[in-house]
Amino acid sequence: MIEWTGAIVQGILLGGLYALFAAGLSLIFGVMRLVNIAHGDLIILAAYMGLTTTVLLDVHPFLALLIVVPVMAGLGYVLQRGILNRTLGDDILPPLLVTFGLSVIIQNVLLETYTADPRKLAGGAIETASVDLGGITLGVLPLLTFGIAVAVIAVLQFIFYRTSLGRGFRAVSDNQDIAQLMGLNKAHVFGVAMALALAVVAIAGILLGMRTSFDPAIGGGRLIFGFEAVIIGGLGNLWGTLVGGVILGVAQTIGAKIDPGFQILAGHIAFLIVLAIRPNGLFPRVEH
Amino acid sequence: MSELLALVGLNAHYGDFQALYGLDMSVSEGEVVAIIGANGAGKTTLMRSISGLLQNASEAVNYRGQPIGALRADQVAGFGIALVPEGRQLFPSLSVEENLMIGGKLGRSGPWSLKKVYDLFPILLERRNQASTSLSGGQQQMVAIGRALMANPELILFDEVSLGLAPVIIRQIYDALPGIVGDGMTAMIVEQDIKKALSVSSRVYCLQEGRVSLEGATNDITHDQITAAYFGLAS
Repeated sequence: MIEWTGAIVQGILLGGLYALFAAGLSLIFGVMRLVNIAHGDLIILAAYMGLTTTVLLDVHPFLALLIVVPVMAGLGYVLQRGILNRTLGDDILPPLLVTFGLSVIIQNVLLETYTADPRKLAGGAIETASVDLGGITLGVLPLLTFGIAVAVIAVLQFIFYRTSLGRGFRAVSDNQDIAQLMGLNKAHVFGVAMALALAVVAIAGILLGMRTSFDPAIGGGRLIFGFEAVIIGGLGNLWGTLVGGVILGVAQTIGAKIDPGFQILAGHIAFLIVLAIRPNGLFPRVEH
Repeated sequence: MSELLALVGLNAHYGDFQALYGLDMSVSEGEVVAIIGANGAGKTTLMRSISGLLQNASEAVNYRGQPIGALRADQVAGFGIALVPEGRQLFPSLSVEENLMIGGKLGRSGPWSLKKVYDLFPILLERRNQASTSLSGGQQQMVAIGRALMANPELILFDEVSLGLAPVIIRQIYDALPGIVGDGMTAMIVEQDIKKALSVSSRVYCLQEGRVSLEGATNDITHDQITAAYFGLAS
């Protein structure tokens, strides 16, 4: 019994990482209705950036965040204003195609630069540190990851609903024309939203890189986990996204407990069950 | 009075369709100008062209002598031009107060503040934390007007503020107008209800099929002239 409880708790903590994958996706879709197919590859790009930073500067991955987060945010702003804004319009196909192309480009640049060998961020003692909670042993890193996920979502939630920037996001999302009348330049607002999303991606990438090994080809899988967490939680609801990540994580760890080969499939099955029962997700934001 | 807004041969298009043909218009500081005309005459297109929602040739729209015709709406807003759009168009995911606050986003200084808007429309103070969509049409129109005022504009454009509202609400809104334009704000009012439009304005333009068919001081214009200009009858 304690083994199963352990698996569930591990799954909950894993869900924190998935929620981090999903938060950026959810934010971008909410503000500009953009589905970013390159999201997973950007996570892996951030992990590699973390790798280069830790190796070059000989610092801990957590310190690398101080560099990777602003660099990814800046990249997000430039990417949005330079390329993605041009694809946005009434047709939803161009942004899908362009971000798909971006995904292929990022994978190949990473392959060319870092080869296909799996790499890992050296987290040091924290990787193996654990705490014992009444018979369940929990890794400090997964616990920390979950805590960071909760904090990131709380901050995003605060920005979205309590700040002038967030009002701008919601206004542009509601009605782009009228938002322009208020003096909001939507090209800039979208750039800031993408910068924020990629700042979260940077955090997700570093935590991923400390938890498991990564190679240039695994971005697609992270995208799927992120998508599933968003859809399970309900579009437009950030706390729902955390719940979605947790459900996905728990399904995977329970699946792995039954049979190690069953891990990923169990997550997808849980996703399909939720989708069949609640097509709008568990906590869709009620609007209008 | 110095000239605030000058339209010089303004042509406006929606794709291949031309909605305005060589419009010339002049608005001086402190004036209240009414724009009347039948459905499809180009009144809303005119509002969209001035506010930058529709971009045209740069020199076609001049504000204080500066060409602004090709600027985006957010840039035009920076000049102190605010639009109360047709159909209110509040932000549904923002509360009443948030709608007003985003109107003041540009942070232009001037007499208008949340407090002053609530003084003008006290009902909004009671409803300030509600979703903007939960309000009645008239109250939504008050929010839309308040939102434009929060920008402390020099020129405020009203597009069909009485459309779809009960007569008693329309009267309430028009009663509030002197309090708005009283301290020297320039206004352009698009209105279907000719009597209402003439009652608050000092000058009037009548549009017909994208052209100016009549222009003059409100007091000098006769009922017959308006009828002729409105329907395109030979006078």
